[in-house]
Amino acid sequence: MNNTDSINEDKIVLKVYRENRGQKSGAHYDRFEVPYKKWTTVLDALLYVKSYNDPSIAIRYSCRMAMCGSCGMKINGIPRLACYTKISELETSTIECEPLSNFPIIRDLVTDFSLFFNHHKDIQPYIQSNEGVETDTEKKTFSFYQSPEDVDRYLQFSYCIKCGLCNSACPTAGTDLRFPGPQALAQLYRYYADTRDESKKRLDIVDDRHGIWRCHFAGSCSKVCPKGVDPALGIQLLRSYMLGISKDNKELAKKIEINTDKDNNSN
Amino acid sequence: MEEIEQPSRNNLEGLKGWLNPSRYGWERISYWFQRLTGVFLLLYFIGHVYETSTIVNGQNAWESFLELTQTVWGHLFLILVIGACTFHSANGIRLIFTHSGIGLGTPGRPDYPYSPSSLNYRQKSGIWIALILSAAAMYYGFNILFGE
Amino acid sequence: MESHRILKESQIMKIHYVTGIAAIFVVAVHILMRLIVPFELSLEYDYIISNYKNIFYVLILESILVLVSVHGFNGIRIILLELRQSKAWENMITVVTISAMIALIAYGTRTIILANGL
Repeated sequence: MNNTDSINEDKIVLKVYRENRGQKSGAHYDRFEVPYKKWTTVLDALLYVKSYNDPSIAIRYSCRMAMCGSCGMKINGIPRLACYTKISELETSTIECEPLSNFPIIRDLVTDFSLFFNHHKDIQPYIQSNEGVETDTEKKTFSFYQSPEDVDRYLQFSYCIKCGLCNSACPTAGTDLRFPGPQALAQLYRYYADTRDESKKRLDIVDDRHGIWRCHFAGSCSKVCPKGVDPALGIQLLRSYMLGISKDNKELAKKIEINTDKDNNSN
Repeated sequence: MEEIEQPSRNNLEGLKGWLNPSRYGWERISYWFQRLTGVFLLLYFIGHVYETSTIVNGQNAWESFLELTQTVWGHLFLILVIGACTFHSANGIRLIFTHSGIGLGTPGRPDYPYSPSSLNYRQKSGIWIALILSAAAMYYGFNILFGE
Repeated sequence: MESHRILKESQIMKIHYVTGIAAIFVVAVHILMRLIVPFELSLEYDYIISNYKNIFYVLILESILVLVSVHGFNGIRIILLELRQSKAWENMITVVTISAMIALIAYGTRTIILANGL
């Protein structure tokens, strides 16, 4: 393809996957010619097609700024957010939009996230603790103290927007429906590494035939993540705790706390 | 309208996606090679255990089996085994380290443009070293098997 | 979570890593033993029989047999588990891989014992 030509013409061919799950057949690609500028995103182009060519194209989108995680789709074969992918950066004359693989198709580019969210719920994505510091006895409010260093241990993983790109890129999730996937596993690490969380059973949830050990560090999840979450890092760090290589931060923190308390008391 | 085959219910990428490791960088290629070499080495191992068992049937049985395997194609196959074995070992050691959380960097606050710390130069050089060692071992094996 | 399993997956994977690393060492010894003599001699019938009578070498061979079988068949089990998920399939994989592993170890051990007696 000639890159300069496509820029001079300022037009691109958008090849969109069309399918309706209600019908047994009829999956096909529709082609549309779309004008574009340097800043046009694939989502802009799809919305242009919806406005001027074919309003029946089904897409899911909301924030248009890579915060909501709704517009994940395969663009030129690789999972990306449509709102976060500029046409000018793809450097191809035809852009192929397909629904995310490893997610059941509902219609066109819209996929079903039920299983994905179920895997997420299975890892208990909430802080479990009984040891907050009571700040107001009347209102029964508690607060949890945490140092900036403690926050840095999990903050990166809490930026996950649940867009599903990692699960779509993961080779294991591509064949194993019971594998929680990089998203859920990285979130498990996010809660495990959180010093406020005290669940002792968290690691057992994924110590299963189809659990964390089915990750083989192909790194594809981290490669496609649009938020820099690096799920592969979270999974390997979690695994290092399960192998006993890394020591439990919380246990260490408690020991330090006890020692400081002792020091304070002796003073 | 170009009609295409409808994907299965769950739209899993399956083996079709697995067969194309080129889209996601070196780590995916190493994952792919690790699997292929693993399966290949197990098949070779089963064959090797069977092949060497002919020795219990006496010298004639052993030598007639040797004639079958000590051919040009047999030697080329052995060179592949040497390469696969070296790659699987070297890359396997790298993977045991990464699975233990070593050599991946630490979590931090990601800044745009995001570059995942787990896919760092240490991992990439580990993969390249495994590939280079494997090529060197194959070259050495070639010299021994086809030398003179 | 199914509690009736004998080994947790993390324990199986620890075995996988340990057998993998140990196999590298014993296979290296096995290959080096062949490299210290000329290649043609290393395949001579008498030379090999004398190897099988060396108790040190027999132990190396037996440990290669066990380590590689455990590591290899567990690897195959992992790959097959990821391919399809159903109770019947998973149980079948467990049974088939464990029996194949035992059969291969038994067959190789038989060779070692018989060759040792030749």
